Amino acid sequence: MISAENFPEYNVPGVVKHDFHPYESNGGSVVAIAGDDYAVIAADTRLSSGYSIHTRKQNKLFKLSGTTVLGSTGCWCDTLALTSLISARMKMYHYLHQKVMPTNAISQMLSIIMYHKRFFPYYVSNILAGLDADGKGVVYSYDPIGHCELASYRAGGSAGALLQPVLDNQIGLKNQENVAKDPIPKEKAISVIVDTFISAAERDIYTGDGVIINVITKDGIETRNVSLRKD
Amino acid sequence: MLPFNNGFASPLWHNGPIPGGLYNFPGHNGPASQPKKDYGVQRASQPITTGTSVVGLKFDGGVVIAADNLVSYGSMARFQDVQRVFNINNKTVVGAGGDFADFQCIKRYIDQKIIDDMCYADEYEMKPKSLYNWLTRILYTKRSKFEPLWVDIVVGGVEDGVPFLGHVDLRGRSYQDDVIATGFGKHLALPLLRERTETGKPIGRDEAIALVKKCMEVLFYRDCRASPNFTISVCTKEKAEILGPFKVSQNWELAKSVEGY
Repeated sequence: MISAENFPEYNVPGVVKHDFHPYESNGGSVVAIAGDDYAVIAADTRLSSGYSIHTRKQNKLFKLSGTTVLGSTGCWCDTLALTSLISARMKMYHYLHQKVMPTNAISQMLSIIMYHKRFFPYYVSNILAGLDADGKGVVYSYDPIGHCELASYRAGGSAGALLQPVLDNQIGLKNQENVAKDPIPKEKAISVIVDTFISAAERDIYTGDGVIINVITKDGIETRNVSLRKD
Repeated sequence: MLPFNNGFASPLWHNGPIPGGLYNFPGHNGPASQPKKDYGVQRASQPITTGTSVVGLKFDGGVVIAADNLVSYGSMARFQDVQRVFNINNKTVVGAGGDFADFQCIKRYIDQKIIDDMCYADEYEMKPKSLYNWLTRILYTKRSKFEPLWVDIVVGGVEDGVPFLGHVDLRGRSYQDDVIATGFGKHLALPLLRERTETGKPIGRDEAIALVKKCMEVLFYRDCRASPNFTISVCTKEKAEILGPFKVSQNWELAKSVEGY
Protein backbone atom coordinates (compact mmCIF):
# COMPACT_ATOMS: atom_id res chain seq x y z
CA MET A 1 0.00 0.00 0.00
CA ILE A 2 1.48 3.32 -1.02
CA SER A 3 0.60 5.78 1.70
CA ALA A 4 2.58 8.07 3.96
CA GLU A 5 2.28 5.82 7.04
CA ASN A 6 4.34 3.11 5.35
CA PHE A 7 7.20 5.49 4.70
CA PRO A 8 8.23 6.66 8.19
CA GLU A 9 11.37 8.31 6.82
CA TYR A 10 9.11 10.78 5.01
CA ASN A 11 7.31 11.61 8.25
CA VAL A 12 9.76 14.31 9.27
CA PRO A 13 9.09 17.28 11.55
CA GLY A 14 7.41 20.13 9.77
CA VAL A 15 5.43 18.03 7.33
CA VAL A 16 1.89 19.35 6.94
CA LYS A 17 -0.74 16.86 5.84
CA HIS A 18 -3.83 17.86 3.91
CA ASP A 19 -6.85 16.15 2.48
CA PHE A 20 -8.50 19.21 0.99
CA HIS A 21 -7.96 20.01 -2.66
CA PRO A 22 -7.56 23.74 -3.15
CA TYR A 23 -7.68 23.49 -6.93
CA GLU A 24 -10.57 22.85 -9.23
CA SER A 25 -10.60 22.86 -13.02
CA ASN A 26 -13.34 25.13 -14.28
CA GLY A 27 -12.53 24.73 -17.96
CA GLY A 28 -12.67 27.29 -20.72
CA SER A 29 -10.49 28.10 -23.71
CA VAL A 30 -8.76 31.24 -24.95
CA VAL A 31 -7.44 32.01 -28.42
CA ALA A 32 -5.54 35.14 -29.47
CA ILE A 33 -4.09 36.34 -32.76
CA ALA A 34 -1.90 39.40 -33.26
CA GLY A 35 -1.81 41.33 -36.53
CA ASP A 36 0.14 44.33 -37.78
CA ASP A 37 -2.26 46.88 -36.33
CA TYR A 38 -4.65 44.81 -34.25
CA ALA A 39 -4.90 41.99 -31.75
CA VAL A 40 -7.88 39.69 -31.36
CA ILE A 41 -8.53 37.64 -28.25
CA ALA A 42 -11.48 35.37 -27.61
CA ALA A 43 -12.67 33.12 -24.82
CA ASP A 44 -15.66 30.85 -24.47
CA THR A 45 -18.29 31.62 -21.83
CA ARG A 46 -18.82 28.28 -20.13
CA LEU A 47 -17.85 27.92 -16.47
CA SER A 48 -17.99 24.32 -15.35
CA SER A 49 -16.55 21.69 -13.06
CA GLY A 50 -16.77 18.02 -13.87
CA TYR A 51 -20.03 17.32 -15.61
CA SER A 52 -21.91 20.34 -14.27
CA ILE A 53 -22.11 23.78 -15.84
CA HIS A 54 -22.16 26.62 -13.33
CA THR A 55 -22.99 29.35 -15.80
CA ARG A 56 -23.20 29.69 -19.57
CA LYS A 57 -22.27 33.36 -19.70
CA GLN A 58 -19.04 33.89 -17.86
CA ASN A 59 -16.77 36.44 -19.48
CA LYS A 60 -13.16 35.29 -19.17
CA LEU A 61 -11.61 38.32 -20.88
CA PHE A 62 -10.37 41.08 -18.60
CA LYS A 63 -9.83 44.54 -20.04
CA LEU A 64 -6.71 45.72 -18.26
CA SER A 65 -6.24 48.93 -20.23
CA GLY A 66 -7.40 50.56 -23.46
CA THR A 67 -4.88 48.44 -25.39
CA THR A 68 -4.50 45.28 -23.33
CA VAL A 69 -6.84 42.36 -22.65
CA LEU A 70 -6.08 39.29 -20.55
CA GLY A 71 -7.78 35.96 -21.16
CA SER A 72 -7.61 33.69 -18.15
CA THR A 73 -9.01 30.20 -17.57
CA GLY A 74 -8.34 27.23 -15.35
CA CYS A 75 -9.08 27.34 -11.62
CA TRP A 76 -11.64 30.15 -11.59
CA CYS A 77 -11.01 31.22 -7.99
CA ASP A 78 -7.34 31.69 -8.88
CA THR A 79 -8.34 33.68 -11.96
CA LEU A 80 -10.42 36.00 -9.80
CA ALA A 81 -7.63 36.46 -7.26
CA LEU A 82 -5.03 37.01 -9.96
CA THR A 83 -7.03 39.50 -12.01
CA SER A 84 -8.02 41.58 -8.99
CA LEU A 85 -4.36 41.69 -7.95
CA ILE A 86 -3.36 42.77 -11.46
CA SER A 87 -5.91 45.58 -11.52
CA ALA A 88 -4.69 46.81 -8.11
CA ARG A 89 -1.06 46.72 -9.28
CA MET A 90 -2.00 48.58 -12.45
CA LYS A 91 -3.64 51.32 -10.41
CA MET A 92 -0.49 51.59 -8.30
CA TYR A 93 1.57 51.89 -11.48
CA HIS A 94 -0.80 54.54 -12.81
CA TYR A 95 -0.59 56.67 -9.66
CA LEU A 96 3.19 56.30 -9.45
CA HIS A 97 4.10 56.95 -13.08
CA GLN A 98 1.15 59.08 -14.18
CA LYS A 99 0.54 56.92 -17.22
CA VAL A 100 -1.39 53.80 -18.10
CA MET A 101 0.70 50.66 -17.93
CA PRO A 102 1.82 49.63 -21.44
CA THR A 103 1.26 46.10 -22.73
CA ASN A 104 4.90 44.97 -22.46
CA ALA A 105 5.09 46.14 -18.86
CA ILE A 106 1.87 44.28 -18.02
CA SER A 107 3.26 41.14 -19.65
CA GLN A 108 6.37 41.31 -17.48
CA MET A 109 4.40 42.08 -14.32
CA LEU A 110 2.06 39.16 -14.95
CA SER A 111 5.03 36.82 -15.21
CA ILE A 112 6.44 38.12 -11.91
CA ILE A 113 3.10 37.89 -10.12
CA MET A 114 2.66 34.32 -11.32
CA TYR A 115 6.20 33.24 -10.38
CA HIS A 116 5.76 34.83 -6.97
CA LYS A 117 3.47 31.93 -6.23
CA ARG A 118 5.85 29.34 -7.70
CA PHE A 119 5.25 26.80 -4.92
CA PHE A 120 1.49 27.27 -4.61
CA PRO A 121 0.74 28.45 -8.13
CA TYR A 122 -2.25 30.19 -9.61
CA TYR A 123 -3.60 27.22 -11.55
CA VAL A 124 -4.52 29.25 -14.60
CA SER A 125 -3.75 29.43 -18.29
CA ASN A 126 -3.20 33.05 -19.29
CA ILE A 127 -3.01 34.71 -22.67
CA LEU A 128 -2.40 38.42 -22.89
CA ALA A 129 -3.22 40.29 -26.09
CA GLY A 130 -2.74 43.92 -26.88
CA LEU A 131 -0.94 46.58 -28.83
CA ASP A 132 2.69 47.42 -28.14
CA ALA A 133 4.20 50.94 -28.02
CA ASP A 134 4.31 51.07 -31.85
CA GLY A 135 0.66 50.04 -32.17
CA LYS A 136 1.57 46.56 -33.38
CA GLY A 137 -0.44 43.59 -32.15
CA VAL A 138 1.25 41.28 -29.64
CA VAL A 139 0.24 38.08 -27.87
CA TYR A 140 1.94 36.78 -24.73
CA SER A 141 1.22 33.33 -23.37
CA TYR A 142 1.98 32.00 -19.90
CA ASP A 143 2.21 28.77 -18.01
CA PRO A 144 0.85 28.54 -14.45
CA ILE A 145 4.19 29.37 -12.84
CA GLY A 146 4.91 32.46 -14.89
CA HIS A 147 6.87 31.44 -17.94
CA CYS A 148 6.13 34.11 -20.54
CA GLU A 149 6.50 33.88 -24.29
CA LEU A 150 5.82 36.42 -27.01
CA ALA A 151 3.93 34.94 -29.93
CA SER A 152 1.78 36.06 -32.83
CA TYR A 153 -0.98 33.56 -32.20
CA ARG A 154 -1.77 31.22 -29.34
CA ALA A 155 -4.48 28.94 -27.99
CA GLY A 156 -4.79 28.04 -24.33
CA GLY A 157 -7.08 26.54 -21.73
CA SER A 158 -8.94 23.25 -21.74
CA ALA A 159 -9.06 23.00 -25.55
CA GLY A 160 -5.65 24.65 -26.07
CA ALA A 161 -4.05 21.46 -27.37
CA LEU A 162 -7.00 21.01 -29.71
CA LEU A 163 -6.91 24.53 -31.11
CA GLN A 164 -3.20 25.29 -31.42
CA PRO A 165 -2.63 22.94 -34.41
CA VAL A 166 -5.52 24.59 -36.25
CA LEU A 167 -3.89 27.97 -35.74
CA ASP A 168 -0.48 26.56 -36.79
CA ASN A 169 -2.09 25.52 -40.06
CA GLN A 170 -4.41 28.46 -40.72
CA ILE A 171 -2.45 31.38 -39.26
CA GLY A 172 1.15 30.12 -39.00
CA LEU A 173 0.89 28.29 -42.37
CA LYS A 174 3.32 25.72 -40.97
CA ASN A 175 4.94 23.18 -43.32
CA GLN A 176 3.09 24.44 -46.38
CA GLU A 177 4.79 24.95 -49.72
CA ASN A 178 3.95 27.61 -52.28
CA VAL A 179 1.84 29.72 -49.97
CA ALA A 180 2.18 33.47 -49.67
CA LYS A 181 2.88 34.46 -46.09
CA ASP A 182 0.89 37.66 -46.25
CA PRO A 183 -0.22 39.48 -43.14
CA ILE A 184 -3.50 38.08 -41.82
CA PRO A 185 -6.37 40.56 -42.26
CA LYS A 186 -8.36 41.32 -39.12
CA GLU A 187 -11.62 39.81 -40.32
CA LYS A 188 -9.81 36.65 -41.43
CA ALA A 189 -8.31 36.31 -37.94
CA ILE A 190 -11.72 36.71 -36.34
CA SER A 191 -13.34 34.15 -38.60
CA VAL A 192 -10.55 31.62 -37.94
CA ILE A 193 -11.00 32.15 -34.20
CA VAL A 194 -14.74 31.60 -34.43
CA ASP A 195 -14.14 28.42 -36.47
CA THR A 196 -11.65 27.08 -33.93
CA PHE A 197 -14.15 27.57 -31.12
CA ILE A 198 -16.92 25.87 -33.09
CA SER A 199 -14.55 22.93 -33.58
CA ALA A 200 -13.46 22.89 -29.94
CA ALA A 201 -17.07 22.86 -28.74
CA GLU A 202 -17.59 19.65 -30.69
CA ARG A 203 -14.89 17.74 -28.82
CA ASP A 204 -14.18 19.52 -25.53
CA ILE A 205 -16.98 19.36 -22.97
CA TYR A 206 -15.44 22.27 -21.06
CA THR A 207 -15.73 24.63 -24.03
CA GLY A 208 -19.05 25.85 -25.36
CA ASP A 209 -22.15 28.01 -24.86
CA GLY A 210 -20.68 31.14 -26.46
CA VAL A 211 -17.58 33.09 -27.40
CA ILE A 212 -16.74 36.63 -26.44
CA ILE A 213 -14.29 38.24 -28.85
CA ASN A 214 -12.34 41.39 -28.11
CA VAL A 215 -10.83 43.17 -31.12
CA ILE A 216 -8.11 45.55 -29.99
CA THR A 217 -7.15 48.36 -32.38
CA LYS A 218 -5.85 51.90 -31.94
CA ASP A 219 -9.49 53.03 -31.96
CA GLY A 220 -10.34 50.96 -28.87
CA ILE A 221 -11.65 47.54 -27.94
CA GLU A 222 -14.62 46.19 -29.82
CA THR A 223 -16.58 43.31 -28.31
CA ARG A 224 -18.41 40.68 -30.34
CA ASN A 225 -20.48 37.71 -29.25
CA VAL A 226 -20.94 34.42 -31.04
CA SER A 227 -23.00 31.52 -29.71
CA LEU A 228 -21.77 27.97 -29.55
CA ARG A 229 -23.50 24.66 -28.92
CA LYS A 230 -24.84 24.41 -25.39
CA ASP A 231 -24.72 20.64 -24.82
CA MET B 1 11.40 38.01 26.28
CA LEU B 2 8.78 39.15 28.72
CA PRO B 3 9.17 42.80 29.70
CA PHE B 4 8.96 42.03 33.42
CA ASN B 5 11.52 39.24 33.38
CA ASN B 6 14.51 41.55 33.89
CA GLY B 7 16.03 39.96 37.01
CA PHE B 8 14.61 42.58 39.40
CA ALA B 9 10.97 41.62 39.43
CA SER B 10 9.40 38.24 38.82
CA PRO B 11 7.20 37.95 35.77
CA LEU B 12 3.67 39.18 36.29
CA TRP B 13 2.24 36.00 34.85
CA HIS B 14 3.97 32.68 35.06
CA ASN B 15 3.25 28.97 35.35
CA GLY B 16 0.14 29.59 33.35
CA PRO B 17 -0.95 29.42 29.80
CA ILE B 18 -0.13 32.12 27.33
CA PRO B 19 -3.17 34.34 26.88
CA GLY B 20 -5.67 32.39 24.83
CA GLY B 21 -3.65 29.19 25.22
CA LEU B 22 -4.40 25.98 27.08
CA TYR B 23 -3.53 25.71 30.76
CA ASN B 24 -0.65 23.41 31.68
CA PHE B 25 -1.27 22.11 35.14
CA PRO B 26 1.78 22.45 37.44
CA GLY B 27 3.77 19.24 37.71
CA HIS B 28 2.83 18.10 34.25
CA ASN B 29 4.88 18.43 31.13
CA GLY B 30 1.76 19.17 29.22
CA PRO B 31 -1.68 17.72 28.86
CA ALA B 32 -1.93 14.54 26.88
CA SER B 33 -4.82 16.01 24.94
CA GLN B 34 -2.57 18.52 23.26
CA PRO B 35 -1.34 17.07 19.98
CA LYS B 36 2.37 16.81 19.36
CA LYS B 37 3.23 19.34 16.70
CA ASP B 38 6.43 17.59 15.62
CA TYR B 39 4.85 16.03 12.57
CA GLY B 40 2.79 18.91 11.32
CA VAL B 41 -0.91 19.30 11.73
CA GLN B 42 -3.88 17.51 10.29
CA ARG B 43 -7.18 19.26 10.30
CA ALA B 44 -10.63 17.83 9.89
CA SER B 45 -11.29 19.19 6.43
CA GLN B 46 -14.77 17.96 5.96
CA PRO B 47 -18.19 19.38 6.61
CA ILE B 48 -19.92 18.11 9.77
CA THR B 49 -23.33 19.70 10.19
CA THR B 50 -24.53 20.36 6.69
CA GLY B 51 -27.33 22.06 4.85
CA THR B 52 -28.26 20.78 1.41
CA SER B 53 -29.27 22.70 -1.73
CA VAL B 54 -29.95 26.41 -2.02
CA VAL B 55 -31.93 27.65 -5.01
CA GLY B 56 -31.88 31.22 -6.31
CA LEU B 57 -33.69 32.95 -9.16
CA LYS B 58 -33.73 36.48 -10.55
CA PHE B 59 -37.09 37.89 -11.60
CA ASP B 60 -38.30 41.17 -12.99
CA GLY B 61 -37.32 43.64 -10.27
CA GLY B 62 -35.84 41.31 -7.67
CA VAL B 63 -34.48 37.96 -6.60
CA VAL B 64 -35.78 34.98 -4.70
CA ILE B 65 -33.67 32.50 -2.73
CA ALA B 66 -34.98 29.31 -1.16
CA ALA B 67 -33.55 26.60 1.06
CA ASP B 68 -35.10 23.93 3.22
CA ASN B 69 -34.96 24.13 7.02
CA LEU B 70 -32.84 21.05 7.65
CA VAL B 71 -29.31 20.90 8.97
CA SER B 72 -28.06 17.31 8.80
CA TYR B 73 -25.42 15.48 10.79
CA GLY B 74 -24.18 13.07 8.15
CA SER B 75 -27.26 11.06 7.18
CA MET B 76 -29.11 12.02 10.38
CA ALA B 77 -31.72 14.76 9.97
CA ARG B 78 -30.37 16.44 13.11
CA PHE B 79 -31.75 20.00 13.24
CA GLN B 80 -35.10 20.19 11.49
CA ASP B 81 -36.14 23.77 12.09
CA VAL B 82 -33.18 25.88 11.09
CA GLN B 83 -33.71 28.70 8.68
CA ARG B 84 -30.96 28.78 6.03
CA VAL B 85 -31.98 31.93 4.15
CA PHE B 86 -31.32 35.29 5.74
CA ASN B 87 -32.02 38.93 5.09
CA ILE B 88 -28.78 40.77 5.72
CA ASN B 89 -30.42 44.14 5.21
CA ASN B 90 -33.17 45.58 3.03
CA LYS B 91 -31.23 45.07 -0.18
CA THR B 92 -29.15 41.97 0.52
CA VAL B 93 -30.16 38.36 1.16
CA VAL B 94 -28.14 35.16 1.45
CA GLY B 95 -28.78 31.43 1.43
CA ALA B 96 -26.35 28.99 3.03
CA GLY B 97 -25.46 25.44 2.10
CA GLY B 98 -22.56 23.27 3.23
CA ASP B 99 -21.18 23.32 6.78
CA PHE B 100 -23.63 25.34 8.84
CA ALA B 101 -21.19 26.07 11.65
CA ASP B 102 -18.78 27.62 9.17
CA PHE B 103 -21.61 29.73 7.82
CA GLN B 104 -22.66 30.86 11.30
CA CYS B 105 -19.07 31.93 11.89
CA ILE B 106 -19.15 34.06 8.73
CA LYS B 107 -22.62 35.35 9.55
CA ARG B 108 -21.46 36.75 12.88
CA TYR B 109 -18.96 38.96 11.06
CA ILE B 110 -21.61 40.08 8.59
CA ASP B 111 -24.08 40.89 11.39
CA GLN B 112 -21.45 42.96 13.19
CA LYS B 113 -20.75 44.82 9.95
CA ILE B 114 -24.47 45.56 9.60
CA ILE B 115 -24.53 46.93 13.15
CA ASP B 116 -21.48 49.07 12.36
CA ASP B 117 -23.26 50.35 9.26
CA MET B 118 -26.32 51.26 11.31
CA CYS B 119 -24.25 53.04 13.94
CA TYR B 120 -23.06 55.53 11.36
CA ALA B 121 -26.71 56.48 10.88
CA ASP B 122 -26.11 57.53 7.29
CA GLU B 123 -27.90 56.04 4.31
CA TYR B 124 -25.00 53.71 3.47
CA GLU B 125 -25.62 49.99 3.72
CA MET B 126 -23.79 46.91 2.58
CA LYS B 127 -24.81 46.20 -1.00
CA PRO B 128 -25.12 42.70 -2.44
CA LYS B 129 -22.06 43.01 -4.71
CA SER B 130 -19.91 44.18 -1.79
CA LEU B 131 -20.95 41.24 0.35
CA TYR B 132 -20.47 38.86 -2.57
CA ASN B 133 -16.96 40.15 -3.26
CA TRP B 134 -16.05 40.15 0.44
CA LEU B 135 -17.17 36.51 0.77
CA THR B 136 -15.12 35.61 -2.30
CA ARG B 137 -11.97 37.07 -0.75
CA ILE B 138 -12.59 35.55 2.71
CA LEU B 139 -13.24 32.08 1.34
CA TYR B 140 -10.31 32.25 -1.09
CA THR B 141 -7.95 33.30 1.70
CA LYS B 142 -9.13 30.45 3.90
CA ARG B 143 -8.77 27.89 1.10
CA SER B 144 -5.26 29.21 0.42
CA LYS B 145 -4.38 28.50 4.07
CA PHE B 146 -5.79 24.99 3.67
CA GLU B 147 -8.42 25.84 6.27
CA PRO B 148 -11.48 26.02 4.04
CA LEU B 149 -14.80 27.25 5.32
CA TRP B 150 -16.92 24.48 3.83
CA VAL B 151 -19.79 26.57 2.57
CA ASP B 152 -21.81 27.19 -0.55
CA ILE B 153 -23.33 30.64 -0.31
CA VAL B 154 -25.89 32.21 -2.63
CA VAL B 155 -25.96 35.99 -2.39
CA GLY B 156 -28.91 37.91 -3.77
CA GLY B 157 -30.31 41.39 -3.61
CA VAL B 158 -31.10 44.54 -5.48
CA GLU B 159 -28.27 46.97 -6.15
CA ASP B 160 -29.15 50.38 -7.61
CA GLY B 161 -32.48 49.00 -8.77
CA VAL B 162 -30.89 46.05 -10.58
CA PRO B 163 -31.36 42.49 -9.29
CA PHE B 164 -28.19 40.66 -8.30
CA LEU B 165 -27.63 36.93 -7.84
CA GLY B 166 -24.28 35.30 -7.21
CA HIS B 167 -22.76 32.10 -5.85
CA VAL B 168 -19.55 31.68 -3.84
CA ASP B 169 -18.18 28.29 -2.86
CA LEU B 170 -15.61 26.99 -0.38
CA ARG B 171 -12.68 27.76 -2.68
CA GLY B 172 -13.77 31.31 -3.33
CA ARG B 173 -14.93 30.43 -6.81
CA SER B 174 -17.71 32.83 -7.66
CA TYR B 175 -20.01 33.67 -10.54
CA GLN B 176 -23.23 35.53 -11.21
CA ASP B 177 -26.19 34.25 -13.16
CA ASP B 178 -29.96 34.59 -13.51
CA VAL B 179 -30.42 31.17 -11.93
CA ILE B 180 -28.26 29.54 -9.28
CA ALA B 181 -28.52 26.29 -7.40
CA THR B 182 -26.07 24.53 -5.11
CA GLY B 183 -25.58 20.90 -4.17
CA PHE B 184 -28.24 18.53 -5.44
CA GLY B 185 -30.17 21.54 -6.71
CA LYS B 186 -27.51 21.85 -9.40
CA HIS B 187 -28.72 18.59 -10.89
CA LEU B 188 -32.43 18.72 -10.04
CA ALA B 189 -33.54 22.36 -9.79
CA LEU B 190 -31.29 24.10 -12.28
CA PRO B 191 -32.79 22.42 -15.38
CA LEU B 192 -36.29 23.42 -14.23
CA LEU B 193 -35.25 27.02 -13.67
CA ARG B 194 -33.21 27.29 -16.88
CA GLU B 195 -36.11 25.84 -18.87
CA ARG B 196 -38.13 28.89 -17.83
CA THR B 197 -35.47 31.62 -17.94
CA GLU B 198 -34.17 30.59 -21.35
CA THR B 199 -37.52 31.46 -22.92
CA GLY B 200 -36.37 35.04 -22.44
CA LYS B 201 -39.79 36.17 -21.23
CA PRO B 202 -39.81 38.31 -18.07
CA ILE B 203 -40.66 36.49 -14.85
CA GLY B 204 -42.93 38.14 -12.30
CA ARG B 205 -42.51 37.93 -8.55
CA ASP B 206 -45.37 35.47 -8.03
CA GLU B 207 -44.23 33.22 -10.84
CA ALA B 208 -40.68 33.24 -9.48
CA ILE B 209 -41.92 32.18 -6.05
CA ALA B 210 -44.09 29.45 -7.57
CA LEU B 211 -41.12 28.22 -9.65
CA VAL B 212 -38.83 28.06 -6.66
CA LYS B 213 -41.52 26.26 -4.62
CA LYS B 214 -41.75 23.66 -7.38
CA CYS B 215 -37.96 23.22 -7.19
CA MET B 216 -38.12 22.68 -3.44
CA GLU B 217 -40.82 20.05 -3.98
CA VAL B 218 -38.73 18.19 -6.55
CA LEU B 219 -35.69 18.43 -4.28
CA PHE B 220 -37.64 17.06 -1.34
CA TYR B 221 -38.76 14.01 -3.32
CA ARG B 222 -35.34 13.18 -4.76
CA ASP B 223 -32.69 14.55 -2.36
CA CYS B 224 -32.29 12.25 0.67
CA ARG B 225 -30.83 15.14 2.68
CA ALA B 226 -33.74 17.48 2.04
CA SER B 227 -36.72 18.20 4.28
CA PRO B 228 -40.29 19.16 3.36
CA ASN B 229 -40.07 22.41 5.31
CA PHE B 230 -38.47 25.30 3.49
CA THR B 231 -38.14 29.06 3.66
CA ILE B 232 -38.03 31.62 0.87
CA SER B 233 -36.39 35.00 0.90
CA VAL B 234 -37.64 37.59 -1.59
CA CYS B 235 -35.76 40.81 -2.22
CA THR B 236 -37.18 43.62 -4.32
CA LYS B 237 -36.28 47.28 -4.66
CA GLU B 238 -38.70 48.10 -1.81
CA LYS B 239 -37.73 45.50 0.76
CA ALA B 240 -36.35 42.10 1.61
CA GLU B 241 -38.75 39.67 3.24
CA ILE B 242 -38.73 36.11 4.49
CA LEU B 243 -41.69 33.97 3.45
CA GLY B 244 -42.64 30.75 5.12
CA PRO B 245 -41.88 28.30 6.49
CA PHE B 246 -43.70 26.38 3.80
CA LYS B 247 -44.31 22.67 3.67
CA VAL B 248 -44.23 20.48 0.60
CA SER B 249 -47.71 18.98 0.22
CA GLN B 250 -46.61 15.40 -0.06
CA ASN B 251 -48.29 12.87 -2.27
CA TRP B 252 -47.04 9.32 -1.97
CA GLU B 253 -49.91 7.68 -3.90
CA LEU B 254 -47.33 6.72 -6.47
CA ALA B 255 -45.62 4.50 -3.93
CA LYS B 256 -48.56 2.08 -4.00
CA SER B 257 -47.90 1.27 -7.61
CA VAL B 258 -44.25 0.46 -7.00
CA GLU B 259 -43.83 -3.30 -6.94
CA GLY B 260 -41.05 -5.81 -6.90
CA TYR B 261 -39.36 -5.17 -3.57
